Amino acid sequence: MDYFDIFISILGSAVRLSIPLLFTALAGLFSERAGIFDIGLEGKMLASAFAAACVAYWTGNAWFGLLGGISVSIVFSFVHGFASITNRGNQIVSGVALNFVAAGLTIVLGQAWFRQGGRTGQVPPEGRFSSIVLPGADMMRDVPIIGPLYANVISGNNVLTYIAFLMVPISWWVLYRTRFGLRLRAVGENPGAVDTAGISVAWMRYRSLIVAGFLCGFAGTYLSIAQSAAFINNMSAGKGYIALAALIFAKWKPVPVMLACLLFGFLDAFANFMQGKSLPLIGEVPVQIFQALPYILTCVLLAGFIGTARPPKAGGVPYTKER
Amino acid sequence: MSLDSPKEHAIELVGIDKKFGTVHANKNINLTVAKGSIHGIIGENGAGKSTLMSILYGFYQADHGEIRISGKPVTIRDSQAAIAAGIGMVHQHFMLVENFTVLENVMLGAEGGQLLAKGVASARKELKRLEDDYGLEVDPDAVIEELPVGSQQRVEILKALYRGADILILDEPTGVLTPPEADHLFKVLRVLRDQGKTIILITHKLREIMAITDTVSVMRRGEMVATRKTAETTVEELAELMVGRRVLLRVEKGAANPGGVLMSVRNLTVKDSRGVTMVDDVSFDVRAGEIVGIAGVAGNGQSELLEAIAGIRKPSSGEIFIDGKPVAGVDPAGLRDLGLAHIPEDRHHMGLVLKFEEYENSILGYHRDPRYGRGPLLDLEAMRKDAEEKIGKYDIRPPNPRLRTANFSGGNQQKIVVAREIERDPKMLIIGQPTRGVDIGAIEFIHKRIIEMRDASKAVLLVSVELDEIRSLSDRILVMFAGKIVGEKSGEAGEQTLGLMMAGIAA
Repeated sequence: MDYFDIFISILGSAVRLSIPLLFTALAGLFSERAGIFDIGLEGKMLASAFAAACVAYWTGNAWFGLLGGISVSIVFSFVHGFASITNRGNQIVSGVALNFVAAGLTIVLGQAWFRQGGRTGQVPPEGRFSSIVLPGADMMRDVPIIGPLYANVISGNNVLTYIAFLMVPISWWVLYRTRFGLRLRAVGENPGAVDTAGISVAWMRYRSLIVAGFLCGFAGTYLSIAQSAAFINNMSAGKGYIALAALIFAKWKPVPVMLACLLFGFLDAFANFMQGKSLPLIGEVPVQIFQALPYILTCVLLAGFIGTARPPKAGGVPYTKER
Repeated sequence: MSLDSPKEHAIELVGIDKKFGTVHANKNINLTVAKGSIHGIIGENGAGKSTLMSILYGFYQADHGEIRISGKPVTIRDSQAAIAAGIGMVHQHFMLVENFTVLENVMLGAEGGQLLAKGVASARKELKRLEDDYGLEVDPDAVIEELPVGSQQRVEILKALYRGADILILDEPTGVLTPPEADHLFKVLRVLRDQGKTIILITHKLREIMAITDTVSVMRRGEMVATRKTAETTVEELAELMVGRRVLLRVEKGAANPGGVLMSVRNLTVKDSRGVTMVDDVSFDVRAGEIVGIAGVAGNGQSELLEAIAGIRKPSSGEIFIDGKPVAGVDPAGLRDLGLAHIPEDRHHMGLVLKFEEYENSILGYHRDPRYGRGPLLDLEAMRKDAEEKIGKYDIRPPNPRLRTANFSGGNQQKIVVAREIERDPKMLIIGQPTRGVDIGAIEFIHKRIIEMRDASKAVLLVSVELDEIRSLSDRILVMFAGKIVGEKSGEAGEQTLGLMMAGIAA
């Protein structure tokens, strides 16, 4: 296999690995731009992965699975909202609590329902999102450079992948071109301005969390019934936190969020590829080093190598009417 | 215009009553504001002005009472209802989204449809019309955080007018403005009035009431105590009505008798956390027995200067000398040992721990003093006795050293800080905003203490954004603008001169 083929295969895998990050980071974008820190993205993703796998297993329909994943994720959003908006609790604490609930509940329910040590049953093929071959992929395959790129990276993904990339311009449009987006951005910067303009701060923030729950439901669904065929214990494996890092790295803007997620996906794919390979001069490098790369990069980036990342000003602060 | 016909009344408040727990914030308030007039509401902090206006703007609901707009009773449940009734409010702390443009801020809440594109064009046109009609010029595409404070305030007024407000409430509008900016605001308000708008101006500055209002109502302890035609009243009468007793508006002080230099600052440059130069190559001296005042609009480097001298912020270059010894880099505790006392600008964030009991705060920073305990243990008995002495001497109310500090009024909290710092008998005193959020009675008291310090041959450095305060206390006045000291004047300098210097226009 020559280097170009290797590159194409890493790239294809990078796209697949970045999809759950992209959905989750966009979810975080909506809640954090509205001033609600959402550390519970990880838990939402895990819970929706579990729900999607269960529903898809029982109904044998991937779209029902997606619906299940989204519903559970939105329920989690409501709990987060009730704790941190209605009751003005600490948003970090509420988010961490949700992560614990998701981690524990998926195992307990999974064991009770399927008795496979926390796994769900194997989802039948029609209950999964399988890859779609775009028209002309086979014909294009032999065209140099563009051909393999089209056939192996752009074509051959499942429908959720295309939805994920479609969500980027849609998110941008919603945030910057609609009334909802204007109010959402305002409520994350100065909720007082929104309140005095006669708009309900709480309802705006709830709505942003519903959008976040909706997007995060796609991420979980992708994990369990697009990328795999069952739910496995803790299958989100910290992706929610990586997505948050990507969000900060991207300074809370939709298009940079996509690029950041692709970068993290690429690092992940690269780590997989380097497994068991030896480097010239150095010899075989423990695979853990490559697996750690995204996390190390995140630390380095967050330590301030991306310039000043200015978070939404009212982020993390419960709104109290005060005069 | 007949004041008696209800149609000519823009607003009538009848029997408004509001309690917060045990605090009776508004007691049976009656108020009538004539259409097309500027009506001032004056009172000390905590007199209930803001509560009353918040009820009018739908932030709170009154427990009892009725609001009538143009003679018709209305129920104002939220800000949306207030806006619909034609009431607009310009808040003391601007309700603007700082990284939005002027246009986006004006549109927020009145976008004219689900998509922004449609509303933008008509909002732009409407802004232009308001600008022409009232002389409120602002660039609609400017980002708020890049605008000077005076323009930001104009955006707030535009926001209200854009929503069709006929009644405009301004809450302490001049607190953040330079004198020329304040004059410009008053010009705008007069134009608005002449075009038929009704304006309610809330302030604690008597001078403003006299300068701009047609009628004035005075509030004291939740009650509306008097309403006067501005032309028929005097500053002295209003002050007496506000406080409930005669007050001295101008501090009496003799001539200064300055001695040797106690503190000098040489070529001091201070940067803030973002690396922006806030104090730029500043030099001055403070001698024993004089009060040096630093005048300037908030945010021109006074806070950073004060913090650098107090040892809280590290200067990036330059020297500070106390008694001829260089002290840049000495920590606040070390400076205290050298005889420097510091009354910080913000008592809530720096001067006090609000959750502590009064006696704990009254020794804060001096806890290593052997008087208050030995080794690692504090002598609580000695601390409380000491606190009780200060409470008596400074008339701190309620006189209870075991009360949580948060439960004292602003004036009494400030007295706790003042007592703590002055009673140590320091050689030098640096004070930031000594009377911010403090009632007139306590202002008089604190000013007297500061003069006494001077007369006891201490060096006093005073920073205040209240020009009146600077002028009545200082023996010499330094004016700061954009981090530099742009000039020095004697304590008798005129307000106009200082105002222009503060705006960076004249030196």
